[in-house]
Amino acid sequence: MTLMTKFLGAAAVVALSAGAALAEPALIFDLGGKFDKSFNEAAFAGAQRWSEETGGTFREIELQSEAQREQALRRFAEAGSNPIVMTGFAFGNVLEEVAPDYPDTKFAIIDMVVDQPNVRSVVFNEHEGSYLVGMMAAMASESGTVGFIGGMDIPLIRKFACGYAQGVKAVNADAVVIQNMTGTTPAAWNDPVKGTELTKAQIAQGADVVYAAAGGTGVGVLQTAADENILSIGVDSNQNYLHSGKVLTSMMKRVDNAVYNAMSSGADLETGFNVMGIANGGIGYAMDEHNAALVSADMQAAVDAAASQIANGSLSVHDYMADNNCPVE
Amino acid sequence: MDFLSLFDLSVLDSTVRLAVPLLLACLAGLFSERAGIFDIGLEGKMLAAAFFSAAVAHLTGSVWLGLLAGITASLALSLLHGLASITFRGNQLISGVAINFLAAGMTVLVAQDWFHQGGRTPSLIGQGRFSPIELPLATTLKDTPGFGPVYHDLISGHSVLVYLALLMVPATWWILYRTRFGLRLRAVGENPAAVDTAGVSVVGLRYAAVMICGVLCGIAGAYLATALQAGFVKDMTAGRGFIALAALIFAKWRPWHALYATLLFGYLQAISLRPDIIESAIGFTVQIQLLDALPYILTVVILAGFVGKAIPPRAGGEPYVKER
Repeated sequence: MTLMTKFLGAAAVVALSAGAALAEPALIFDLGGKFDKSFNEAAFAGAQRWSEETGGTFREIELQSEAQREQALRRFAEAGSNPIVMTGFAFGNVLEEVAPDYPDTKFAIIDMVVDQPNVRSVVFNEHEGSYLVGMMAAMASESGTVGFIGGMDIPLIRKFACGYAQGVKAVNADAVVIQNMTGTTPAAWNDPVKGTELTKAQIAQGADVVYAAAGGTGVGVLQTAADENILSIGVDSNQNYLHSGKVLTSMMKRVDNAVYNAMSSGADLETGFNVMGIANGGIGYAMDEHNAALVSADMQAAVDAAASQIANGSLSVHDYMADNNCPVE
Repeated sequence: MDFLSLFDLSVLDSTVRLAVPLLLACLAGLFSERAGIFDIGLEGKMLAAAFFSAAVAHLTGSVWLGLLAGITASLALSLLHGLASITFRGNQLISGVAINFLAAGMTVLVAQDWFHQGGRTPSLIGQGRFSPIELPLATTLKDTPGFGPVYHDLISGHSVLVYLALLMVPATWWILYRTRFGLRLRAVGENPAAVDTAGVSVVGLRYAAVMICGVLCGIAGAYLATALQAGFVKDMTAGRGFIALAALIFAKWRPWHALYATLLFGYLQAISLRPDIIESAIGFTVQIQLLDALPYILTVVILAGFVGKAIPPRAGGEPYVKER
């Protein structure tokens, strides 16, 4: 409530000083909810940073059902919000229809490509970040076997898996990468019990580092890895703190940076493709006090070297989604 | 080709863990349906129990209070189902669906309000979780060839709820087939008018069955959230209530067969996690999706009457109306 009052207060100040001409950006959160400790929360953090730095205000809505997608988009567009940022690939179809109706409004969609002249499509090079954490997994592994547990079996998750496997093989060509997907339905994102069993199955096959790119299922993976005393790797946001000293690192998608960038450019938002990779700070790996003891200086040096090579283009990581194929197993 | 590896201890161990929630939910459904109340709200009850057990275990630090809270939550939904379908003679399927939706929405809403973690509960630690119990002599016997590893890895080392669930199978059999209550309960699912004529309360029996169903679903949900996992994640039951219903049909509404059916379904889930074992055992890869779908396929085969006939309790799904 206090936050709300602050926003309202700030909105009033802006309205008084600049008049109604200044367009506010808007942010639409997907069904996961604003405080999902992951994707949406990162978007909110980016918007808040923008708000604090510029003193500007933004409008926001948390979707409660699928039916609200189009409604929320149109309402913001008609109210003059510009740009309108939305999180999640699920907005793709709706935005495709809505965007042409509001040619003067700029839209930014994260994790999806919508081919319209007034839309910025922000996509992340998850394979690059997965490559880096794959290198760390291979260096931290003593058994030479590491695991990957994906959520729903979709090309995006295979992109994570493929980047990871490439990173592992770059460090240790003989390493074995065990890959499992949780399922083929959206229920696979929220099945921590199966995540646990998959982790135990991978441990039985010798894995001592597991990388989870599986949403809520990953909660079970990280928990089991901590219980069974092996290392795990988090995804999307920094999950190191979940089990301090047991999570090797987290592959971070800087959704906050994407939202911050979009809001900063305001109505002059550059449309088209916007690829967030290692080079522009869109992808990274997490280092903090929770995993400092797990990552040696040598490991970090090697990973940072690879990161700068990827950034300057001398090292290229194969993107699974480019040809639906992975060069390594 | 190594068929024995299909029964690797780690796979069987995983089978037990995956089968237990199915077994509890299946027995829960068995009590309810044997009394003539169809219950497709097993999933919702498990989910509510999972959330409240994890939430209370976190807030109080005691997993037993958590279990109690889980059972209470599940009982509350059972009562709702009873009210709708017994007292007000509503459609049992619709009431069950409503319970599933209610639980899916309510758990996330309350979780968000209490913990602000995106519909999760914080991770449970220490006394907030059921820890595995080691059966006597498990470590001593570990190196005995043959029996030792089986006893140590497979039989020992589960949480207390697993043993409770397994004990529920003979208990259910005994209650249903060896007690007066059980006889009446089965009769009320076949021919409630006859029970009524004998002067026994149909409504009372059906409520009792629905409440037993609530307790068992509560234990199943608490097992998911506080024994297998260390907390609640939204929709974490992931369809297990429906697989349990399939197992119930597969078992033709009989307690021992419910155990076999859920163990089979659990085994299919467990082996699907190990494509490497399947490949080395039978020499080619099997689609994981096929294994995941197998419980449903088997149930349809049974329902279609290819392997014996599955005849549900005759008065199932119909509210009892006294003749005037």
